[in-house]
Amino acid sequence: MSVHVLKPGLLSSLQDGGRSGYAALGIGRAGAMDTPAWQLANALVGNRGDEAALEFTLVGPTLQFDQLTTIAFTGAPVDARVGERSLPGWTCCLLPAGSVLRLGGMARGCRGYLAVRGGFSAEPVLGSRSIDLHARLGPLGGRALQAGDALSVGEHAPWHGLRCHAKATPLSWGLDPQPWFDFGQEPLALLRGHHFDQLDDASQRALFGAGFRLGKDSNRTATRLDGQRLNLRAPLELISEATLPGTLQLPPSGQPILLQAEAPVTGGYPRIGQLSAVDLPRLAQRRPGDAVCFRETTLEEASARLAQRQQRLQRLLQRIALRLESACPP
Amino acid sequence: MTSPWPGPTIEPLAEDALLLRFGDAMDAVLNARVHAAAARLRTLIATECVPAYASLLLRFDPLSWQGADGQAALERVREAVLAALQSAEESPVPPREIVIPVCYGGEHGPDIEAVARHAGLEVAQVIERHAAARYQVAMLGFAPGFPYLLGLDETLAMPRRADPRLRVPAGSVAIGGRQTGIYPQELPGGWHLIGRTPWAVFDLRARAPALLRPGDHVRFQPIDAVQYRQLSQATDAAR
Repeated sequence: MSVHVLKPGLLSSLQDGGRSGYAALGIGRAGAMDTPAWQLANALVGNRGDEAALEFTLVGPTLQFDQLTTIAFTGAPVDARVGERSLPGWTCCLLPAGSVLRLGGMARGCRGYLAVRGGFSAEPVLGSRSIDLHARLGPLGGRALQAGDALSVGEHAPWHGLRCHAKATPLSWGLDPQPWFDFGQEPLALLRGHHFDQLDDASQRALFGAGFRLGKDSNRTATRLDGQRLNLRAPLELISEATLPGTLQLPPSGQPILLQAEAPVTGGYPRIGQLSAVDLPRLAQRRPGDAVCFRETTLEEASARLAQRQQRLQRLLQRIALRLESACPP
Repeated sequence: MTSPWPGPTIEPLAEDALLLRFGDAMDAVLNARVHAAAARLRTLIATECVPAYASLLLRFDPLSWQGADGQAALERVREAVLAALQSAEESPVPPREIVIPVCYGGEHGPDIEAVARHAGLEVAQVIERHAAARYQVAMLGFAPGFPYLLGLDETLAMPRRADPRLRVPAGSVAIGGRQTGIYPQELPGGWHLIGRTPWAVFDLRARAPALLRPGDHVRFQPIDAVQYRQLSQATDAAR
């Protein structure tokens, strides 16, 4: 069974949890930028959680489903229609064979996730179905979706939870996106990086005070932050060391860049901060021009927030699985 | 028990990552210590273990390292790292040495004359000196499978090009600053191209996608254009 890409949207790619264990060979993780949204989309269609979903950016794709398919979409609120019928996010929907799903623009946020029951089943590359656009690696030769692509869907148990109507039908319940989508655009928690102390006094204050705007040329490799230029006390000659998604670097331009899922695994710019893991998906939902403010955090606080979020997410994933089971007798 | 080398500084980078710093120089002996530490820690601790010139990144799963007594995962990993580095183990396996064929100059190395001029040498001397050295893969980065090689003859060092190329052909052997490297696939790049290898440096269809691993030793074997063509065809056929 296949999903046909009629329009690819602005930038759509298959993503799962990412490629693990190859960083020493220069191969980064890639994977979904908003991981909780990706996991919840999978859970809502009854997937185990590590299946590939479609990540789409600012404007979603138009897709045709050649068979009856269960879908869910999460992440940024998106205008979704099958014919004239508008579909809600954060729940699952049954689409009859032949349905054309139009994922349009987003009122806010930047990235959405479309999961299908069974998962998108492209051949994994180095253990993952994530497309690394920067390294040109993964399914589809490592490129973004194009019109005319056909995506196959994995084998899965039939779904009885929803009656099959002639029309696209959402489930009668859904999730509250509130805790999982950053509506308030609160400040993001940043750890001091190794070279923070090398910033001059004004720049140290500006990093946690002034606020930035998300740059136009931000992508899955890096988020560029426009605003007050940050300066070092004195130039630093550094040798390259490993970097991580979330690392905030200061290139000579003075405009900081925050490394994202597809960033090279090593880098030689001063490391002035590290975004707390919980706030990476929140930053992934900011769009070019959005405000970005940092507040200082500690490793203890960042670790505690991460553990807490993981607990909440696990509980929710279990609850979803239970509800789907009760809607779907064996 | 005494440690076989002075201990690294250990810096927490993130909730799930530590950076071990062994120094701050680009130096083959220092770098070899990084690889020796990586060999000990790779399977013991990390989900990712990323060597660089003088540092080693360890990523771990915070959940599986969380102590029952509430001790933070970072602290437990730090203790495990120190214990592993101090344990008097056998010295790690000696590095592999890989000899890579390179066709120097001509269409395969369009910048070799510029490198010769900058060094005040004949092109033949550049080839001789580049092929005479034994290199160490300090790290892979920039792109999948791109090896940064330490050990370049100092006379061949040359600052990067002012105008980087948008497309450097796969297999290009190049000099950038005090380093040399091989472009594993067609990429943009600012290093000076002095030759090209017909071998696949990065091939996803191979069992090991990257020809070179961190810590490997590398030599270059000069070949002529005819040999280049033959080996190139063999590489294509193997795909």
